Amino acid sequence: MVRVKLPYHLQQLAHVGSEIAVEVTGAVTQRSILDALEAKYPMLRGTIREHESGKRRAYLRFFACQEDLSHEPPDAALPEAVAKGEEPFMIVGAIAGG
Amino acid sequence: MSQVRVLVGTHKGAFVLTSDGKRKDWKVEGPHFGGLEIYHVKGSPIEPNRIYASQAGDWFGQVVHRSDDGGVTWEAVGNDFKYHGTPGTHQWYDGTPHPWEFKRVWHFEPSPHDVDTVFAGVEDAALFKSTDGGKTWAELSGLREHSTGSQWAPGAGGLCLHTIILDPRNPERMYTAISAAGAFRSDDGGKTWKTITKGLKSDFLPNPTAEVGHCVHHVAMHPSNPNVLFMQKHWDVMRSDDAGENWREVSGNLPSDFGFVIDVHAHDPQTIYVVPIKSDSEHYPPDGKLRVYRSKGGNEWEALTKGLPQKDCYVNVLRDAMAVDTMDECGIYFGTTGGQVYASADSGDTWNAIVRDLPAVKSVEVQTLK
Repeated sequence: MVRVKLPYHLQQLAHVGSEIAVEVTGAVTQRSILDALEAKYPMLRGTIREHESGKRRAYLRFFACQEDLSHEPPDAALPEAVAKGEEPFMIVGAIAGG
Repeated sequence: MSQVRVLVGTHKGAFVLTSDGKRKDWKVEGPHFGGLEIYHVKGSPIEPNRIYASQAGDWFGQVVHRSDDGGVTWEAVGNDFKYHGTPGTHQWYDGTPHPWEFKRVWHFEPSPHDVDTVFAGVEDAALFKSTDGGKTWAELSGLREHSTGSQWAPGAGGLCLHTIILDPRNPERMYTAISAAGAFRSDDGGKTWKTITKGLKSDFLPNPTAEVGHCVHHVAMHPSNPNVLFMQKHWDVMRSDDAGENWREVSGNLPSDFGFVIDVHAHDPQTIYVVPIKSDSEHYPPDGKLRVYRSKGGNEWEALTKGLPQKDCYVNVLRDAMAVDTMDECGIYFGTTGGQVYASADSGDTWNAIVRDLPAVKSVEVQTLK
């Protein structure tokens, strides 16, 4: 299982806590994690990446293992610690607004 | 026992305000979706417990929430608003071509005929329809693909379709309004559209009487008199007696004819309400006095001030933030960017604040539950 941390408002939308676990089949990448996440929690579709383009929403970042992975290709393999469930894949909202 | 339910969308969540028919004591519930920008909340006229809320923001994009129990619990429904075909471009602020991009839902208009049918007015301006209670959306693309579409340019708030009016007597006829394109009418259920802007004059345009480019802020209609439309334009309060074919100005003695809201009394189709705002550069009431103005059909306006702040008031009242109930004595409601929701249970003669300290109010809708 892959661990995923969600920002507060997405926790509220999906009715879950700050960290959830999803089953990912095949290579563990940004795309496969988000596919699994959206399949399990369809209300999150369109809130993390755009419907048509699949692009990460501009005010969100992806962190793991003390690295900013936001600009890595969506099909690039994520660190082994994420794939093994030792470290969470973190979806983080920008600190902005008022 | 009659009940009134006021649905309030704010900068930081949605609120549901309820009272009995006296409209004196109010219960305030919320925030729902606390911390999130809620553009509009509106219930079905035929199944009032069916309510839609539009959450839109930079972080998580568009989320459509639906309640089937009068706003107590909510579920997220469809949020995929895909333009039909290859959308092309509209004009940007500087007049250059800019691609159409979906940003948010400004307004929901649930059908008066079918509980699962609801229309959504969006930015960049387009009209969408759902026939499954908001789960899926399809664009009625005839509007955006109107021959003038490539000339539409955004107002300061964006290129938003903010007004949808369904003719209760004729399901084929509907109206929309777009800032800053103008007003449009369809007589075939939304397939094709015509501009209804004859008589509008906007001095900020190179051609002040152009077919499109008018910054229409809001349009209102009384259901018993569907050929009569009232419009609050960027400047000017306008009236049409022929379903929008021709407009004439009815600003009369208003202290300012700039404003955003306009609405019609529930039982008198000639009585209309506006809230004058000082100017397009100064979005607050003239002289720091919050005044609702009432008129029988336009031109002669009466200031309604009892219970409203008459000094040091510098709030705005946004375009979808006024509504009326249908109690025997008509109630009028409006919300401000200062977080107050004011109510009058006597057609506007006297006012009270239901709440004073909500986040900035974006929209107010009212349901009369009998």
